[in-house]
Amino acid sequence: MKQGAGPHLRRNLTGLAVVSVVYLAVAMFVTNSYYQLILTLVPVWALFGVSWNILSGYGGQLSFGHASFFGIGAYTVTLSVIYWGLSPWLGIPLGMIIGGLAAIAIGFPTFRLRGHYFALSMLAYPLAILYVMQYLGFQEVSMPMHRENGLRFMEFNEPRIYTLIAILLLVGGVVVSLIIENSRFGLALLAIRQNELAAEAAGINARLWKMRSLVVSGMMGAVAGGFYARVLLVVTPDSVFGMLVSAQAVVVTLFGGVASVWGPVIGAAILVPLAETLQAELGTYLPGIQGVVYGIAIIAIMLLSPDGLFWTVRDRWFRREAPQPIPDVEPDAMPLPAFKRRVSTGAAGPLLQVESLSRAFGGLRAVSEVSFSVTEGEILGIIGPNGAGKTTLFNVLNGVLTADEGSARLDGQPMLGKKTFEVCRMGVGRTFQVVRSFPRLPVLDNVIVGAYGAGLSDREAIAQAARALHQVGLHDRSGVAAGQLTNKQLRLMELARALAGNPRLLLLDETLAGLGREECDDVLDVLARVRAQGMTICIIEHTMHAMMRLADRFVVLDHGRVLATGLPRTVVEDTSVIEAYLGKKWLARRNA
Amino acid sequence: MDLEILVENVLNAVTAGITIGCIYGLMCIGLGLIFGIMRIVNFAQGELLMLGMFASFYLVSEGRVLSFLGPYWGPFIGAMCAAPLLFTGGALLHKFLISRVSGLRTVGSLDEGHFGQLVVTLGISLILQNGGQILFGSTPVAVRTPLSSEAFLIGPVYHGATVFLNKAKLVAFFVAVLAAVVLYVTLEYTRLGKALRAAADNPTAATYMGIDVDRAYRIAFGLGCGITAVAGGLMATYISFTPFVGFDYVIIMYSGVVLGGMGSIFGAFWGGVTVGFVQQFSALILPPQLQNAAIFVVFLMIVLLRPQGLFGRSAERA
Repeated sequence: MKQGAGPHLRRNLTGLAVVSVVYLAVAMFVTNSYYQLILTLVPVWALFGVSWNILSGYGGQLSFGHASFFGIGAYTVTLSVIYWGLSPWLGIPLGMIIGGLAAIAIGFPTFRLRGHYFALSMLAYPLAILYVMQYLGFQEVSMPMHRENGLRFMEFNEPRIYTLIAILLLVGGVVVSLIIENSRFGLALLAIRQNELAAEAAGINARLWKMRSLVVSGMMGAVAGGFYARVLLVVTPDSVFGMLVSAQAVVVTLFGGVASVWGPVIGAAILVPLAETLQAELGTYLPGIQGVVYGIAIIAIMLLSPDGLFWTVRDRWFRREAPQPIPDVEPDAMPLPAFKRRVSTGAAGPLLQVESLSRAFGGLRAVSEVSFSVTEGEILGIIGPNGAGKTTLFNVLNGVLTADEGSARLDGQPMLGKKTFEVCRMGVGRTFQVVRSFPRLPVLDNVIVGAYGAGLSDREAIAQAARALHQVGLHDRSGVAAGQLTNKQLRLMELARALAGNPRLLLLDETLAGLGREECDDVLDVLARVRAQGMTICIIEHTMHAMMRLADRFVVLDHGRVLATGLPRTVVEDTSVIEAYLGKKWLARRNA
Repeated sequence: MDLEILVENVLNAVTAGITIGCIYGLMCIGLGLIFGIMRIVNFAQGELLMLGMFASFYLVSEGRVLSFLGPYWGPFIGAMCAAPLLFTGGALLHKFLISRVSGLRTVGSLDEGHFGQLVVTLGISLILQNGGQILFGSTPVAVRTPLSSEAFLIGPVYHGATVFLNKAKLVAFFVAVLAAVVLYVTLEYTRLGKALRAAADNPTAATYMGIDVDRAYRIAFGLGCGITAVAGGLMATYISFTPFVGFDYVIIMYSGVVLGGMGSIFGAFWGGVTVGFVQQFSALILPPQLQNAAIFVVFLMIVLLRPQGLFGRSAERA
């Protein structure tokens, strides 16, 4: 569990219990069978929304095709009753398994896509299945009745029992969602949603977490669909694989509040009765009124409060209590995380050895046969004019880009060809030219992402993150959302996130960019301290005076090639370096 | 004998592929403007196609404004008349809704506003589909022209193999190609076209160059809607449709635009032609019910197999 998860969970679970009991109590007094049906459908759609929320809310992978899972659950339950006489009590878990497998089959190719391409591709699956179902002759399948054996076939004369089961299923879904929200699972998803590249660079295996969230989500969606089929008794491809089904998950969640476990519940509680009642009252004259209501609701919420009701209400009327600051102990007093100590394998070789590394974009040789090495405990400054290939070099080193040729070894281990998060786990921390934070997460969580990325347990991760924040001097800001930090603080936070993964080598990309002189000095002090603790650093920087103070050695890049290497003094005197930076004319005048 | 049937089927698939493909091409140009060039993810493009169909249907049906044109000319002129209607509708849609989640407002935001666009256009799509059901009913209708049941016969080309050219599709094909050419020339060579492309390509820079970007966007979005609507009107002469017809085609449109390469009008057209071809050839081997499923599979293959650069993957700067 995350820092501060205990009380948060307790509060939410209490709320959940109270809401369910009240809901059931109200449901017991409703006798109109149509309203009873609505009372059963609200939790079903809420559950489906919760399922969608896990993938698309927390993880930010917008899916327009969640009907795939809903429909798979519905058809599994119905067909297994028809063909095998299987009880829905077993059919629903079976649907859950098939839903999970479908999630793997769908996620495997589709997670190669991002953003709107992902959303559109997800749409294609349920629609394709829809046509296949029609082709297979399952246009309209009804659930056979088993009067004599009602309990076994989840068949009750008392409709309120369905409401009870629906609520129990929803409670199950909400609990799963709460657990995810309060664990490294949820933090990883939030980090991926806010900045996937930064999450990868902090050691988070984005692909894996996204896949996990899709599987959980698919299983939950199948449960909702399976139970829906049992309640409605008739399944048609359109009613379970159709666009309106996918849309309903999107709409209730976005309306209620995205990335909050309560969002889908609130959304369903408002929209489902509204749409169903309108459909019942006006459906004869206005046959599509349900869809129109959902359409209007979603446009309105997107334009007026894009995060949904829950967040808007909470931000306006319930100012969140100040988050607890992290335990303010001296970092040395905290238990040292049990890292697998990365023992140096090569005897006295350099920590980082880069040999004739090249990377081209089309005809442009951004990095061309670059070789250099970094010894343990050293600060290597990488300088060069704009477009010299410095950032590309870092991107190749930490796996954001692939190399065309050459090799790079960290303590003898090859780095190239690995994924970004794997390079991070080898012990390479990275910061970015433009700060990549997770703006809506508190500073501490931002840094914990780095510690989780290194595979630490929850307790250790918190301690490690606190230590890293102390190291950079941000510990008093740990509860603030990263979006509220100043530029300097963001730079330090990014540094802390990299440090939290206990790296052996830091790749810092223009950490001082955009800082004033004094701020610059503060950051330099922090870097000096980090280095004094034995860290090895590669830093890209433009500010020459800072680099002269900080770096032990320079590598100068120009047009992708290494122009010079050596001690700062010698390098700045080098004529080719001066020429690259200041031009031939300047050099000629100086020599005159 | 078998060979004869095969030859006949293949030849007919080729001709149908060309005629239907070009109509798809026109339809894809509409989305190409909106998605390919302006980079607005419009989920409701299929519904605009549907509105084009119904616009044409209501214009030329018996007793309506354009019914005096008769069953031969009427449907095709009706299809073209759908353009100004949907252009206006599209421009209004952009002014009141789309502009709030796209263009200058979302420059520099993390996902360029795609999330908001997807959600808002999903809402528009739901309203148009279901609202369409309220207004137009859900019984399939078609724009009737005697041409749709007449065909030119070519051949026999190989023993008994004959090529059938449906007259409605043939006329629709010519109209589609004509519309595509006119549009292409307008966008490539006129001042308006240049302003539109500049605004779409880099809204901030275009603003500094004195282009009214909001207006340019509105026009471009309206054009995209109008063009797709013309294609819809043309299709209405040979298929029957309901307000829910859009979904089958929105996927075809995205396939075409992505396949043809983002940002190119010409590419979008050829993408549409290709998808039309694939669809007609899939009809040779697949049962009719699965043809639509095949389109989705084709779409998935296209987005998955295209080189990464086009898809916003790894294109971000670290």
